[in-house]
Amino acid sequence: MTAWTLLIIAALTTIGFFVGQARAQALRNAGTVSLHSLPAYHGLLMASMALAAAGLTTLVAALVAGSDSLVMPAAVALLGTGAIAASYRLITKDFRARNRFEYFIMLVLIACSAVAVLTTIGIVFSVLFETMAFFKEVSPIEFLFGTHWSPTSTPPSFGLIPLLVGTLLITFIAILVAGPLGLLSAIYMAEYSSKKMRGVVKPVLEILAGVPTVVLGFFAALTVAPLIRNTGESFGLVVASESALAAGLVMGMMIVPLISSLSDDIINAVPQALRDGSYAMGATKSETIKRVVLPAALPGIVSAFMLAISRAIGETMIVVMAAGLAANLSFNPLSAVTTITVQIATLLVGDQEFDSAKTLSAFALGFVLFCFTLVLNYIALRIVQRYREQYD
Amino acid sequence: MTDKSVKGNAALIAKRYASERRFQAYGAAALAISVLFLVYLIVDIGIKAWPSYFEHRAVLEVNLDASKIPAADVQKGDFEGIVKRAFRGSFPGVTTRRDLKSLTSLLSVGAADDLRQQTVANPSSIGTTVKTGVLLADDADLYLKGMLTDTVKTPGTTNVQMAQTGEEIILTGDLSQLVAGQIVRANGGALRIASVEAGLAKAETIMPTTTLNTLAPGTWDILSFSHLEADRRIDDRQVVWLESLRDKGAIEKHFAWRFFNNGDSREPELAGLRGAIAGSLLTLIMTLSLSVPLGIAAAVYLEEFSAKNKFTEIIEVNINNLAAVPSIIFGLLGLAVFINFFGLPRSAPLVGGLVLGLLVLPTIIIATRAALKAVPPSIKEAALGVGASHQQAVFHHVLPLAVPGILTGTILGVARALGETAPLLMIGMVAFIVDAPKGFTEAATVLPVQIFLWSDLPEVAFQSRTAAAIIVLLVILFCLNAVAIFMRKRFERRW
Repeated sequence: MTAWTLLIIAALTTIGFFVGQARAQALRNAGTVSLHSLPAYHGLLMASMALAAAGLTTLVAALVAGSDSLVMPAAVALLGTGAIAASYRLITKDFRARNRFEYFIMLVLIACSAVAVLTTIGIVFSVLFETMAFFKEVSPIEFLFGTHWSPTSTPPSFGLIPLLVGTLLITFIAILVAGPLGLLSAIYMAEYSSKKMRGVVKPVLEILAGVPTVVLGFFAALTVAPLIRNTGESFGLVVASESALAAGLVMGMMIVPLISSLSDDIINAVPQALRDGSYAMGATKSETIKRVVLPAALPGIVSAFMLAISRAIGETMIVVMAAGLAANLSFNPLSAVTTITVQIATLLVGDQEFDSAKTLSAFALGFVLFCFTLVLNYIALRIVQRYREQYD
Repeated sequence: MTDKSVKGNAALIAKRYASERRFQAYGAAALAISVLFLVYLIVDIGIKAWPSYFEHRAVLEVNLDASKIPAADVQKGDFEGIVKRAFRGSFPGVTTRRDLKSLTSLLSVGAADDLRQQTVANPSSIGTTVKTGVLLADDADLYLKGMLTDTVKTPGTTNVQMAQTGEEIILTGDLSQLVAGQIVRANGGALRIASVEAGLAKAETIMPTTTLNTLAPGTWDILSFSHLEADRRIDDRQVVWLESLRDKGAIEKHFAWRFFNNGDSREPELAGLRGAIAGSLLTLIMTLSLSVPLGIAAAVYLEEFSAKNKFTEIIEVNINNLAAVPSIIFGLLGLAVFINFFGLPRSAPLVGGLVLGLLVLPTIIIATRAALKAVPPSIKEAALGVGASHQQAVFHHVLPLAVPGILTGTILGVARALGETAPLLMIGMVAFIVDAPKGFTEAATVLPVQIFLWSDLPEVAFQSRTAAAIIVLLVILFCLNAVAIFMRKRFERRW
C-alpha cells in the first residue's frame, strides 16, 4: 500500500500544479486584471498544499490504521483532492501566491535544518534509554570502576576499566605516531615545500585520509602485526599476535592527514608580519617556526590534536580487525588489549535480544564513547574560540 | 671584536644552520613516511590481490551424454557427474574410493556451472564430445599459483635402480640428486623419498609405476618442494596429478570474471563481488536521496536565510558536533531508532542508506555552505536590485552558481559513505548473502562489509580475495576522488 500511497501523492502534487497554474492563467487571459503572482506560483502553491495535506494524512493514517490497510491511500486521495479544491477557490487576482509559497519553502528549509538537531536528539535518547535499562541490571559504580570485563561469562561482569585502558593505550600509541608526523608534515608543507611539491604531497595525504578504515584494518592485521611480532621475537620479546602496537601504529597513520591538514590551515593563518619580524631580527627559518609561528598557532594545534584523539577513540574497524577481543588490563603495547568500539561491535553483530544485559551493555559503552568524543570536541572548539589571536 | 669572538660567532652560526637543516630534514622525513606508508599499503595489498584476478581450469574432453541431459530441460542435466567422470577418465590409474575422492576434490564445487551454461546456450552440442575448461578448487588453484609451496622440477641426470622390498621401494645407484620429501616421477608413476642414506634411498609409492627397472638419465624427474606434505593444504598425490595435467598442457589460466559476476560463496574460487556491489549501489542511492536534498536545504537556510538567533546557533553547533561523532554511534542510532522503534527490516539497504545518509549529512552541509559562501554577494544584490524576491535571488542565481562546489562535496560524501563499515555492522548488514539484492528492503551487504567478512575467514584463498576486493573498492574511491578533483579544477570560478 505504501507504493500506491506514494504514487497518489505524486499524482496529486502534479495535478495540483497544473490545475493552479491553469486557473491563474485563465484569470490572466480572461480579463484586463493583472495578477499579483505569476501563474506558476499559483501552481506551485497548490501543489505544495496538496503535498502537505497528503503527506500529513499519510503519517496520521499510517499511525492510526497501519501502513498495510486500504485506509491510507483512500484517505490520502480524499484529503489531497480536498486541499486542491479548497485552494482552487483562493486563486484571485490579489492572491499573494508567491509569498505564501515562499513561506512554505521557508518552513521546509527550517525543517531540513532541524534534522541535524533531531539526529543528535535521536542519538542521545536511543543510547540513553538503553543505558538506563542497563543500569537497572548493573550498578553504575560496578560499570565505571569494575576491573573485569566479560559479558558472556556466567555470571557476567561489566567493568569498564580494562576497555578504557585498552582504548587509551591504542589512542596514545596512535597520537605518538601521528602527532610528530602530522605536525612536521604540516610545517614542511606550509613553510618549506615548493608549490609544485605541495601539489603532489597534499593529494597523497588526501588519498591516505580517504582510505577506508576496513582496508587499514586488513593491512594492520595481515601485514603490520606479523611484522611487529617477527621483529619483536627476533629481539626475544613476547608479542601477542594482535598487539596494541600494530593497531596503534596503523591508526596513527590514519590520523596523520587529519592533524596535518588542520595544522596546515592553522600555520597558514599565522600572519606573515610575525615571520618577517622574526627574520628581521636575524632568526633562521626553523627558529622562527619554533619560537614564533608554533606558539602563535598553538591553540589551533591543540584543538587539532583533540579532534585527532576523539577520532582515534571512536575508530572501530582497525581495532576490530587488528586488536584483540579479550579484555586484558594491561599497559604493555605488545600485549593484546581490547577497546570500547571493539566490544560494541562484537556485542551487537549477529542476533541480539534486547532484554539481556549483554546487549544493553553495548549501548552503555556507546554512551561512554559519545560523552568522551563530545567533551573532546567541545574542549577543542572552546580552545580555538578562547585563545585565537585576533591579528586583523 | 677580537678574533676569538668572531670564531665563536662563526661556530654558533654553523650550529644554527645545522639545526635549520636538521629541522627541514625532519619535515621532509615526516612527509616521506606518510607517502611511503601509502605506497607500501597499496603495493602490499596489490601483491596479495593479484593472484585472485586469475583462476585455473583443467581442460577436459567431456562427453555430453544425451542420456544424462534431459533435452526438455537442459538446465537440470547431471553436469556434475559428467564433469567428474571426464576428470576421473583422464587418470585411469586411480581406482580406490579414497583416491577417487581425493582426485575429485581438486575440482571446484561449481566446476560444472560453466559447462551447464554453455550447453544451455548451445543445446546442439548434447551427445557430442566437447573440449571444455572446468574450474579447479581453491587449494589446487593456489598450488598452481605457487602459493602453497614452491615446486621445482629437476630432470633426473643419473642412473638409479628401483627394487621392491615389501611395501617399500629401494633406490640404489647415484643418489646425489635425491633428498627426503622429494617426489620421483618415472614410468608413469611417482615415488616419495622417505629417507636417503649412504647409497640407499627408501621410497613409498604414491602412484604405482608400471615397471621397476633402472632409470636412465632423462627418463625420470624430481619434484622438490619448499613445503613438505604435512605443511601444505594439498597432498603429494594431488600434486602429482596436477603436475601431470600441467605437463600435458591441460591447465589453463584465465582472467577470473567470476570474481565480478558471482555473488558471495563459501567456496573461495566461486566467491564474487556482485552482491556486494549491488548492495553498495542500493545503499548509496538511499544515502544520496536522503542526504543531498536535506543537506542542500539546510545549508541554504543556514547560509542565506537564517537570522542570528538561538535556534540557528544550536543547529550550527549540532552540525559541527555530528561531524565528529564516531560512526559506530550512528550504527547504534540506526539499531535503536530505525530497526527497533520504527520496525524497519534488518540488513536492508534502506536502513543502511538512512544511517549513512545521516552520517554524511554534516559533510554535505559544510561543503554546500562553503560553495554558497564562495558566490560573490554582488550576484545576489543584482538580482534583488531588479526586483527579485530574496528566495528568487537565491534559488535562481546563487544556488546554480554553487552547484559545482556542491557536487564536489557530494562526491566526497559518497566516497566516505562507500568506505564506511562500522555502522553497517550494527544494523546487521553482515549476513551471508549469495544473491544480489533486488530491492531496498531485501537483505544485502556492501563492499567494505564484504571485505570485513572475507578477512575473517580461515581459508588462505579468501585472504587473497579480500585483498582483491579491497583493490576494487580503492579503485572506485580513487575514481570518485579524481572526478571530484577534476570538477573542482574544471568548474572552479574566480570572481
